[in-house]
Amino acid sequence: MASKVIHAYYNDDDVLMHAVKKVKDAKHHIEEVYCPFPVHGLDKAMGLAPTRIAITSFLYGCVGLTVAILMMNFIMIQDWPQDIGGKPSFSYLENMPAFVPIMFELTVFFAAHLMVITFYLRSRLWPFKKAENPDVRTTDDHFVMELAIHDNEKELKNLLMGTGAVEINVSEK
Amino acid sequence: MYTFSSRLRMASFIMMIVGVLGIGIGFMSAPSTVEEAKALVASHGDAHAEEAAHAVATEEHHAESHDAAHDEHVLHQLQNKPWSALYVAAFFFFMIALGVLAFYAIQRAAQAGWSPLLFRVMEGITSYLVPGGIIVFVILVLSVLHMNHLFVWMDADVVAHDHLLQGKAGYLNPTFFLIRAAVFLGGWILYREYSRKLSLKQDESDDNSNFKLNFRISAAFLVFYLISESMMSWDWIMSVDPHWFSTLFGWYVFASMFVSGITVIAMVTIYLKSKDYLPEVNDSHIHDLAKFMFGISVFWTYLWFSQFMLIWYSNIPEEVTYYVTRIQDFKLPFFGMVVMNFVLPLLLLMNSDYKRINWFVILTGIIILVGHYMDIFNMIMPSTVGDQWSIGIPEIGSVLFFAGLFIFWVFRALTKAPLQPKRNPFIEESRHFHY
Repeated sequence: MASKVIHAYYNDDDVLMHAVKKVKDAKHHIEEVYCPFPVHGLDKAMGLAPTRIAITSFLYGCVGLTVAILMMNFIMIQDWPQDIGGKPSFSYLENMPAFVPIMFELTVFFAAHLMVITFYLRSRLWPFKKAENPDVRTTDDHFVMELAIHDNEKELKNLLMGTGAVEINVSEK
Repeated sequence: MYTFSSRLRMASFIMMIVGVLGIGIGFMSAPSTVEEAKALVASHGDAHAEEAAHAVATEEHHAESHDAAHDEHVLHQLQNKPWSALYVAAFFFFMIALGVLAFYAIQRAAQAGWSPLLFRVMEGITSYLVPGGIIVFVILVLSVLHMNHLFVWMDADVVAHDHLLQGKAGYLNPTFFLIRAAVFLGGWILYREYSRKLSLKQDESDDNSNFKLNFRISAAFLVFYLISESMMSWDWIMSVDPHWFSTLFGWYVFASMFVSGITVIAMVTIYLKSKDYLPEVNDSHIHDLAKFMFGISVFWTYLWFSQFMLIWYSNIPEEVTYYVTRIQDFKLPFFGMVVMNFVLPLLLLMNSDYKRINWFVILTGIIILVGHYMDIFNMIMPSTVGDQWSIGIPEIGSVLFFAGLFIFWVFRALTKAPLQPKRNPFIEESRHFHY
């Protein structure tokens, strides 16, 4: 980790996209880009790896389905197979239509909630977390690109000035 | 402009000829007397169980008349077989065109930005409404003329001894039935032809008035369609079993035709794209169609299950017989279709990347189409042929014939106009559509 970083400010997402492409073309590593809203295609331009959160969600859904089946099989069929209104509690399959609503809901419940929690953990979000944005304007109308400086401050500054940055700051990190 | 490849034309003719032969064999081999029917049933392997059951029945009641009535019942079922096979296949391919028409009207009414590039493909498929609708109508007229026993309520003798059917005779009577069918078909074909005309005129015009008019008639058509489609499903499908009724049946049939229609749009689009006729259609368009295939498959399952579970749960005798016969006599087709229409599309099309792989979409599409053929099969067959069902020469022949006719008619219609609309206000957006 470099101890010094350069912050380039932009006030338009189009300009930012072009700037990101230019910096990537010049083979500089972009540490981070702070945006007030999602910029379509920014992840592709930065070359970020695609998210795998959908895969985790599918697996969590499978867990939920399994929990529902095991739970109701134990309660309704194994533990106390009562005759409730003539429903066939002889085997899980025979009474399955009655369990489908719960199987469905638990699948969705597990898939949704565990995925959200995974998202929070992976993006390190929790209540009382200290906000990380380098400048309050990045939540309103400014975009900031952060690059590490490795004894090339001048070169980086020149490059970023050429990309339409409205302000460039160098700061310790 | 698309030119009909001679190989595809040849294939469609061969399918039609083989299909006609199969249909002919089906009708020739149907028994015409009770004796023939008995011999036919006895020659089957499963006849033993039936004979044993008969022996018990004859011992318990000494009813020879009951036995004779049963034999006649079997005769009618066997006579119904080629007719049912014809009807199921005719309706299946007709409903694909109708499902595409509904999808097309929704795209127009919603002013979707991604789909205008596919409008000509959809218009080509809906051209099958005219021959397909006429054939279904002719089969219905022949039923009214007592050429077959598909619709038991059309038999005046049966109605005379059936209090329930007498109560429904105000709605289920042959004259009103045919008038309704004519009105529905007339409305659908009228919209299709008029919308197609406006769509072609829009290409040549210098303002958007045709487009706007098309938007308005599409919205109006959707209102008509939802009402007429629901009543059509009561008339043409639910009434083969006139003692049974279900309130969500119209939606259920709609879901089946909608997903089959979207699947066929995707398959025809991929075929034309592979032949370089749709250069501007990209993987994102296919991705969107595949998403619809996925979503509507799940929607179909939701309706199938809702209908099944509500009836299974309450278990009211007059309603539940519908599923009792299906689960007893049609176990494999009945549950197999749930696997084909739900489980396989769910697993195959869940991954976003797979929805962009064309051969993968075709593979899933074939599964979905076979599944929905089985769906219609399961709606009609238990009431018309009962436990005498099989998938043999008449069924496969009918499917081949209508598949050939469908391919011939659709691809012939595709040659009649450029495959890309010229002056659609959304065509630029559609061209650059990416997901």
